[in-house]
Amino acid sequence: MKLFEYTRAGSAADAVRSFGPGTMYLGGGTNLVDLMRLGVAEPDRLVDVGKLPLDAIEEAGGRLRVGAAVRNSDLAAHPLVRSRYPMLARAVLSGASGQVRNMATTAGNLLQRTRCPYFQDVTRPCNKRQPGSGCPAIEGDHTNLAILGTSHACVATHPSDLAVALAALEAEVHVTGPGGDKIVPMPGLHRLPGDAPERDTVLEEGDLITAVELPAPPPGASLYRKVRERASFAFALVSIAAVLDVRDGTVAGCRIALGGVAHAPWRAEHAEQVLVGGPATGEAFRTAAEAELERARPLPRNDFKVPLARNLIVRTLEELAP
Amino acid sequence: MNRVEGRVKVAGLATYAAEYPVEGVTYAYPVQSRIAKGRIRRIDARDALAMPGVLAVLSSEDPPRLGPGAEGELALFQSREVAYRGQFVAAAVADTYENARAAADAIVVEYEQDLHDVALRADHPNLYRPEKVNPGFPSDTVKGDVEAGLNAAETVVDVTYTTPVLHNNPMEPHAALALWDDEGRLLVYDTTQGTSSSRDLIAQTLGLSGEQVRVVSRHVGGGFGSKGTSRPQAVLAALAARAVGRPVKIVLTRQQMFDVTGYRTPTIQRLRLGADADGRLTALEHVAYEQSSTLVEFAEQTATPTRVMYATPALRTAHRLVRLDVATPSWMRAPGECPGMYALESAMDELACAAGIDPIELRVLNEPETEPDSGLPFSSRNLVACLREGARRFGWDRRDPEPGRHREGEWLIGTGVASSTYPAKRRPSKAVVTMREGDFLVQVAAADIGTGARTALTGIAAGALGVAPDRVHVELGDSDLPDAPLAGGSMGTASWGSAVVRACEHLKVNGSVGRADTTEEVARDAELARHAFGAQFAEVRVNSVTGEVRVSRLLGVFAAGRILDAALARSQFIGGMTMGMGMALMEETYTDEEFGGFLRRDLAQYHVPACADAERIEAVWLEEEDGDLNPMGSKGIGEIGIVGTAAAIGNAVHHAIGHRVRDLPITPPKILRTMF
Repeated sequence: MKLFEYTRAGSAADAVRSFGPGTMYLGGGTNLVDLMRLGVAEPDRLVDVGKLPLDAIEEAGGRLRVGAAVRNSDLAAHPLVRSRYPMLARAVLSGASGQVRNMATTAGNLLQRTRCPYFQDVTRPCNKRQPGSGCPAIEGDHTNLAILGTSHACVATHPSDLAVALAALEAEVHVTGPGGDKIVPMPGLHRLPGDAPERDTVLEEGDLITAVELPAPPPGASLYRKVRERASFAFALVSIAAVLDVRDGTVAGCRIALGGVAHAPWRAEHAEQVLVGGPATGEAFRTAAEAELERARPLPRNDFKVPLARNLIVRTLEELAP
Repeated sequence: MNRVEGRVKVAGLATYAAEYPVEGVTYAYPVQSRIAKGRIRRIDARDALAMPGVLAVLSSEDPPRLGPGAEGELALFQSREVAYRGQFVAAAVADTYENARAAADAIVVEYEQDLHDVALRADHPNLYRPEKVNPGFPSDTVKGDVEAGLNAAETVVDVTYTTPVLHNNPMEPHAALALWDDEGRLLVYDTTQGTSSSRDLIAQTLGLSGEQVRVVSRHVGGGFGSKGTSRPQAVLAALAARAVGRPVKIVLTRQQMFDVTGYRTPTIQRLRLGADADGRLTALEHVAYEQSSTLVEFAEQTATPTRVMYATPALRTAHRLVRLDVATPSWMRAPGECPGMYALESAMDELACAAGIDPIELRVLNEPETEPDSGLPFSSRNLVACLREGARRFGWDRRDPEPGRHREGEWLIGTGVASSTYPAKRRPSKAVVTMREGDFLVQVAAADIGTGARTALTGIAAGALGVAPDRVHVELGDSDLPDAPLAGGSMGTASWGSAVVRACEHLKVNGSVGRADTTEEVARDAELARHAFGAQFAEVRVNSVTGEVRVSRLLGVFAAGRILDAALARSQFIGGMTMGMGMALMEETYTDEEFGGFLRRDLAQYHVPACADAERIEAVWLEEEDGDLNPMGSKGIGEIGIVGTAAAIGNAVHHAIGHRVRDLPITPPKILRTMF
């Protein structure tokens, strides 16, 4: 294990100022420390931002601002989150274990890295970890990997549940960095792999997430549902965050985000387009799901995700329809 | 009686292998092969040796001296040939764990790589019939004419089941701490299921006498078989300590454990069953295909339970093995019986469905009078009673035999049954009991791997002496104590307990000290078919939208002789059943065909059942008298709980959805492929 320097930042600005080559920000450490133990991440320097005063959840003008350092347990338990964004609370609670949620931070959750077994094993090739080394998952173990938005270079999935809910809620990610402050709307934070799977997000070197801002809850009913082979602590085979607004039997609004299917939380825009303005019937839900999944490029061992995602979309919308 | 060591464990005071306070301790960290087959051309340790705190590098460049008896996975750094990906090819020793690990990373290993072969197939050209299967059974048995029996049958089932590579994942990682004294005596604090056998194996590997080695293992955080025989960490710690002249500690990472601590071989099992119009078997054939490494022939006894279970005029069992470029398989809870009974009991369910007979009645109809293969009388066999009692408790009579009929919302509900069996034997053991100031000290080199062996032996000794348990103190987990067999094969308590009872009897005659060696007594044991039996019932819910399977009820009814301690027994039974649930629904280590070795080598990806998965698990037992076994009349309970659970769950899944998944584990992908 490589030696590294550890410092604790006093403020966000402080953290950004001190960022240099080989530096990484450390939040709750629930993923980064694992990756360091595995030799996947080898920072020269860790800047601890987990204890910055960015741990408040505040309401302002109908929006909810969640500090980057808010712990997942606190996020899920917050009365405003529970009452106004129950889908978000449910997504967070479906991830990891109580112990991990007590440590994991909001920003860290968004920036966690894929659990693709090749990525996690430094003795095997992986384009994401070592650009240009190849992607053995495409021919090998891709059971839990992506079916949508994949490239010849990478079929990894983004593992976060929180990010899927935020993609459906159209949250804004507030970032400060060497280039100044900016706002990145979800789901635009995460990238598809393309030719550069080593880049998970659109963030630049030294960028630090300071908060996630939730717009007022969209009208309609919402639900987060996660499918996994055991009842506890497992990454999603497929998950869904859905919001459905039905008026007089017609879909007035709909948002669907899928987890476990792509390199990023996957907004099912094609399905949404098919649905909005049409009837809220099981048949319409199925047509919409199939319109989205026409784009799926499953591999031999993860072809099950196509019917699974289809079923989940249909069933979740049926449950949300009045 | 509470666990005698419960207080020290809860308080965190119990010492495990890596936790003994030793002055001047140093650390070893292994380098693992990155190819699955080939030769090491060169190992360059110059950079590593120049790093801070580094004391030594061990490798085949300068092979450490071992004894002539060193073999297999323990003959570390003796050969330049690589047998599998992940094999230890070198190790760095340094003053801290971090320095040792950094140095290990800096060691450069150059290979000449050969093409590897790591995939088990039933049509592999190199399959062969091993001379015997573990621990010493004939590989093949034939009785009667199977083909004639199948031809004469009214109903025939011909099916193939597969089980994946499975790994034991004890909470305490494999760890060792080795010290040499000035007289050349080696002390190894090792995490092991048997200190006497570990001492012998380490001594043999290092070319020492048994007296020159002491193995101490007072507390073990689980093993399930992976600590049944010494693993490379103990030998590596000893070699490293010899090289640097200081104590050396090694603790394997979870990922390293997947590579070098053994695993349950994957199996491909073909079952052919024929039954007449009444449901009586006319023929039964069980052929198992499995793998071993090029280092050691480890032939799991997968088809052997079929020799025990059902009456049939024609019975054939066979094992075929292929030596691949993989790590050596090893012991995992109920080796043989567990995967074998998964296949047999699934096939019996298929036969029951095909013949239109209730699966319990099918088993009852085929209850043998003597052990089918050997013809030996059973010391006791209460399988039918277990099935009947289980059916009563489970509410089997309310079951609609037609599959796919019971639905609650998205969930399809099904129930299934399977039989369990596991041998009930014992091995020779020694024990000493000493009276001191009114208390009794029991000494035996037994191992308590978390099963409660200390507590069970305390109870056995108290019973034999006729005193309260709080006057009995059991000392175990040290090879300097009277020799004892390992905790394995569900034989520990029966073996050690026999010696403890005899030592207590001797003390009562003798005064202050009682000694026992049961070698002769065990040799005089009458030739009988000695097995525990059980019946497993499962209720599952299968989600018709997602393919998720949840086990809502598990019931195990066991006939396992006299139960010595109800609390310990219940833990063993439900622990085994929970592990069987893992086998049925989630556990699988993925073999990397491209690069060799295993993928998904941590507990985030190798899933075992967690509390949320164990909704309702119940274990009960029948009162069983079996005086032919040992002085306690007990049968082992460590392994029978896992046998049959996976089949009961698989059968319940079939009952729920009307389709059968014959490849474990039964995961959402497989359910979805079946249903859509």
